[in-house]
Amino acid sequence: MDGRAAFFDVDGTLVGTNIVHAFAYYALNEGSLRSTALRTAATAASAPLLWGLDKLSRKGFNHFFYRYYRGMSEDRLRLLADDLYEDVLSGAIYPGALDLVGQARRAGCRVVLVTGALDFTMGRLARRIGADDLIANRMEFTNGIATGRVVPPIVEGAHKAQRIREHCVEHGLRLDQSFAYSDSASDYPMLAVVGRPTAVNPDLRLRSLARAYEWPIVELR
Amino acid sequence: MRSPRSSASLGSRRDGEDLVVTLDRDSAPRVLFSGEDLLLCDLPEGTRVVYPPAPMAPVPNRRAAIRWALNHPEGCDPLHAKLRPGMKVTIALDDISLPLPPMRTPDVRQTVLEIVLELLADCGVDDVHLIIANSLHRRMTTAEMRRMVGPRIFAAFYPDRYYNHDAEDPEGMVTLEKTDHGEVVAVNRRAAESDLLLYVNLNLVPMDGGHKSVGVGLANYESLRAHHTPATIRASHGYMDPARSALHRSTDRIGRVIDEHLDVFHIETVVDNRMFDGPAAFLGKNEDRYTEIDRLALEALRFSLKKLPRAAKRKLFQAVPAGYEMIGCFAGKTEPCHAKTLELCFRQYLVPVRGQSDVVIAGIPYISPYNVNSILNPLLVQVMACGYLFNLYRGEPIVKKGGTLIVTHPCPDEFDPEHHPSYIEFFHRLLPETRDAMALEKKYEREFAQNPSYVHLYRKGHAYHGAHPFFMWYWGENGRQHVGRVIVAGAENSHVPEALGWEHAETVADAIDMARGHHGRSASITLFHAPPILMADVGA
Repeated sequence: MDGRAAFFDVDGTLVGTNIVHAFAYYALNEGSLRSTALRTAATAASAPLLWGLDKLSRKGFNHFFYRYYRGMSEDRLRLLADDLYEDVLSGAIYPGALDLVGQARRAGCRVVLVTGALDFTMGRLARRIGADDLIANRMEFTNGIATGRVVPPIVEGAHKAQRIREHCVEHGLRLDQSFAYSDSASDYPMLAVVGRPTAVNPDLRLRSLARAYEWPIVELR
Repeated sequence: MRSPRSSASLGSRRDGEDLVVTLDRDSAPRVLFSGEDLLLCDLPEGTRVVYPPAPMAPVPNRRAAIRWALNHPEGCDPLHAKLRPGMKVTIALDDISLPLPPMRTPDVRQTVLEIVLELLADCGVDDVHLIIANSLHRRMTTAEMRRMVGPRIFAAFYPDRYYNHDAEDPEGMVTLEKTDHGEVVAVNRRAAESDLLLYVNLNLVPMDGGHKSVGVGLANYESLRAHHTPATIRASHGYMDPARSALHRSTDRIGRVIDEHLDVFHIETVVDNRMFDGPAAFLGKNEDRYTEIDRLALEALRFSLKKLPRAAKRKLFQAVPAGYEMIGCFAGKTEPCHAKTLELCFRQYLVPVRGQSDVVIAGIPYISPYNVNSILNPLLVQVMACGYLFNLYRGEPIVKKGGTLIVTHPCPDEFDPEHHPSYIEFFHRLLPETRDAMALEKKYEREFAQNPSYVHLYRKGHAYHGAHPFFMWYWGENGRQHVGRVIVAGAENSHVPEALGWEHAETVADAIDMARGHHGRSASITLFHAPPILMADVGA
């Protein structure tokens, strides 16, 4: 085991969007006016609740939020994912993101995206960034229709760290020589599990954690 | 009346004041820097004090001296004869690490540029880029860049044609053939692909300039690895004396390869050592010759410093530019031009000193080449002691082999995360494991150099390169190998000195007692009274 990896959170770290943007795009382009209106209205009405949940627990927020996907067609979502990349994600990549990923690659790192977003949403972005692997949430579908549940365990918080650990074992990578990048204090486990963590565009809590632990702080925006 | 005895046969100022004095029972306390503070220290009778020479007389007309150098270069045609319309010219400039502290505006580099750019325009040369040769140093900020070249040149060239060198730009470097010693020679692509490369240097100490300008300033990590190593520094018998420095022999070999491939025209300027002037001029004087005004200025400054928090003291000191004046300008081919520069530089700094000492005392000031507008962190305190101050000699080190170096600094465990992020990890993760420079180089240097976060912070932020803390540790290597012990007086904690491998004492007097405990009561003691900068020319 002598390889190493660079694990990147995506939303807020490499791109200026989050899972709500992706869902809003899917909801607004669902196909029928009625369903679009209903989903948009329901999401808008839940905004204060979602905000509160996110502050309280990112895991709880993700669990709750993915329920809004219930009833959406898998085909439609996969089709829209391409458009989402073209219309939203490609323009939201931070100016320094590709440089940082390129530097990780030149340093001999395997590039891995670790995100709480859904895998089909992240596919094109992962290819654009040149990621070797993608660790993302997977939506559960029954007969081609989303159930609103993600395949457990949800990729978030402590589970990101667990997935990173497993990924290193699976690919013969050294965890203590690997890098992790995130923008949020909710990703503290992911940052703490590797030997070389870095705070990227950090929120206030992560900035103070990074200062306390003397992690480098990088701005990509 | 205090009347210091002097070593009359040794160096003296032009006004007759002696540069080497021996303290007696009635001598005044000496003033030593201790970071952002000034200490008053009563030193034992018999202590030898070496003072910096007075600033040499500046050239009477700076612009005329520069024009004369351009028209009478060493070893090549005058600059105007090299120019033709439509050619591609790159002008490389020394970065903010020189001089210390930054000089009052207009900076000498601005004056040189004003003359050179006018000449280029007159000759129809429009394709001109200005590149700061910062090597693996931090990028200069926009404000610093404006200050260095003046608002007019800044407005005309920034940002597209006036920028910092980027040693990590995969497309921005060109690798030439290796030297006959196998050293990698890499140069900034724009410079390498220009018809003419002008290098505008500001020579503060003899370590600077010559082949080091292009061969280091516009190089990358792979090229610097040839000589920025503990082995090279160990083999350098003082890196302020290029003739006896393995570091300079390596950069000379690299520079000669560059000169074979590129048309390089150097413009080297030499400044005096007027680090402090006006009300702070007393800092370079013999304390026994202080006037009442000097004493009042010292007390006022010490009173103010006592009342201020460290960050405010730092701001205060860093806000005061130095009144450096140009004492010479030379131009032309690398080696003949630099020989003239070195000669003048040595004339400014050298103080003849008879014999080495068992114990040498030096105050560590608030500034080094690597913390302009920033914090002198523990690694930089180390490089100032075992690197720069130790190496300010020609001939033999002023401290005997196995002797004791006493330095004064509070040694706070304080780092600037914007400028020195990799230093933090180096100090807190690596030094507790080992202080062996060879082991650190082998085990960790490349890892830090390639750390994507550090590379990114160097390229896009204002951070020193990930490998830079290693270079700083190596820079102290010949000092560490030579002295028997380093004692820091006045450290506010014990863990920083211990991490550096130093002993610590409350006061300079305690440190002297510790040194005497080892060397005996008759140990010879020298106070190296810098800054301002001086070099000891140590004879038998």
